[in-house]
Amino acid sequence: MKVLMKGNEAIGEAAIRAGCTLYFGYPITPQNEIPEYMSRRLPTIPGGAYIQAETEVAAINMVYGAACTGRRAFTSSSSPGVSLMMEGLSYLAGAELPCLVVNMMRGGPGLGNINPEQADYFQAVKGGGHGSYRLIVLAPWSVQEMADLTVLGLDLADKYRNPVMLVAEGNLGQMMEPVEFQDSYPQPYDKSGWSLTGAKGRKGHLITSIYLEADDMERYIHKLYAKYAEIEQTEVRFEEFQTDDADVIIVAYGIVSRVSRIVVETLREQGVKAGLIRPITLWPFPKDVIRRRAAHARFFLTCEMSMGQMVEDVMLSVNGLCPVHFYGRSGGNVPSPAEIIAEIRTHL
Amino acid sequence: MQKVFGRPTSLNDRPFHYCPGCGHGIVHRMVAESIDELLLADRTILISPVGCSVFAYWYFETDNVQAAHGRAPAVGTGLKRALPDSIVISYQGDGDLASSGMAEIVHAAARGENFTVVFINNAIYGMTGGQMAPTTLIGQTSSTSPYGRDPGFAGYPIHVSEMLATLKAPRYIERTALNNVVNLTRTKRAVRKALDLQAKGEGFTFVEVLSMCPTQWGVEPTESIEWLETRLMPEFPLGVFRDARPGEVT
Repeated sequence: MKVLMKGNEAIGEAAIRAGCTLYFGYPITPQNEIPEYMSRRLPTIPGGAYIQAETEVAAINMVYGAACTGRRAFTSSSSPGVSLMMEGLSYLAGAELPCLVVNMMRGGPGLGNINPEQADYFQAVKGGGHGSYRLIVLAPWSVQEMADLTVLGLDLADKYRNPVMLVAEGNLGQMMEPVEFQDSYPQPYDKSGWSLTGAKGRKGHLITSIYLEADDMERYIHKLYAKYAEIEQTEVRFEEFQTDDADVIIVAYGIVSRVSRIVVETLREQGVKAGLIRPITLWPFPKDVIRRRAAHARFFLTCEMSMGQMVEDVMLSVNGLCPVHFYGRSGGNVPSPAEIIAEIRTHL
Repeated sequence: MQKVFGRPTSLNDRPFHYCPGCGHGIVHRMVAESIDELLLADRTILISPVGCSVFAYWYFETDNVQAAHGRAPAVGTGLKRALPDSIVISYQGDGDLASSGMAEIVHAAARGENFTVVFINNAIYGMTGGQMAPTTLIGQTSSTSPYGRDPGFAGYPIHVSEMLATLKAPRYIERTALNNVVNLTRTKRAVRKALDLQAKGEGFTFVEVLSMCPTQWGVEPTESIEWLETRLMPEFPLGVFRDARPGEVT
């Protein structure tokens, strides 16, 4: 049964249905519907806990503590608040703890504004926190997908013992769309081999990210990167639209990919063979399909609500096989189909 | 022959990495003894901080987690809310708790989180090499207050127990010291009482222990007790600052 819901609330509901009944967060616009929803729902669920943390720094560390016990936990914020979580995310990745972090991206740098942007791509995909680590990064384009990717994100986090970040533009969280929640959810992973539950009948477990000796640290980093390599092999997700015969291929994610689909349809009506590749996982990045399509395309256009961040990964994936152009808007402006078409026409 | 004294079973036989004369080993033992006496070992999760006791987990035969600098009370909050039957001990030093983690400790106390904080106050950063701490005394020299802490630009030492005692939620707050047998006994009693209250679900418990750091104070271990008594204790009075049910005004 479909229900009409805001994107932010769909995330909260999907998390609860997926067995994630621990939420720690701090208010920031434009994601306040998530903590508000969780503060309403979780106290009514056995074992559920909601805490309004004192800071985003504390919130992500509460997630760290909760994740240690093997239970599912998540937090959400928006760009400036997510910056405060970077230390904690590095520790979560370093200690191989699963969790979900939602970033409803807003304008920046600095305090910026509360309008939607995609300028946190680098932070999410390239690191943001210190040290050698990766986050699995998911980018929904609809309220339905916000719910679906919340479930997937919690599952991938458990599967790989790694933090997962779901990034969406602030306006996607505010949009209301019909959403259908899954009937069944993945079975919880067995975490008894590492979780902290009190050392009853077993040796104590230890969760840490400190390795004093250079060789120990390097060995551990290699272990993490072997895991990341496996994720790159198996967890790439994307959607293609009319790319089979496309001369012009747009790469866009999130709300911009919805605009870009209209662009493809319009250009096709005008006789231009356009197509769209929509990354759903921003990391691991769908570089293989981009490389494959680049062999037959005239050019690529990366379209983002930033000054150009994902475009660097598109260029690395295309690797010189064809030109890669960029069109971006900032400050909270969503590119219109007409703008993108005009940009493409300058390259035709 | 009857064995009348031994190592607590919650503590393993690994030699401590702490300097000669350091108080950490003494307090580790008191924590372990209390865990044993209250039969809490198989429910306990110990949080190691950042600082000299970053490797506290080397010694405790319990579940262990290492937390980011100052964040242990937030980690403890997550642990305890996820697993209310566990016994959570956040073991922290003065730089970790009173500087980097001041927000976390104040808010964990204000929420009345049902876990125990053992706060080692030796008025100096040990692990990083003897820098000024938030609890460093006026006039005390350190590697970052080489002319002595000047309140004109470095302010005054922070009295954490007194601060937290202004809150209504904490169940128990006491400051003790490691300077003599009487105070050692009081320290042990305070740690045990804190864990016992936690086990009974009574709320947030906090034991501040004035401890020796001869290495970074620049004194011999044998002189460090006198240093603690003549310098640290006058600034940080011992006593119970709060022993009341959450919400009660004392």
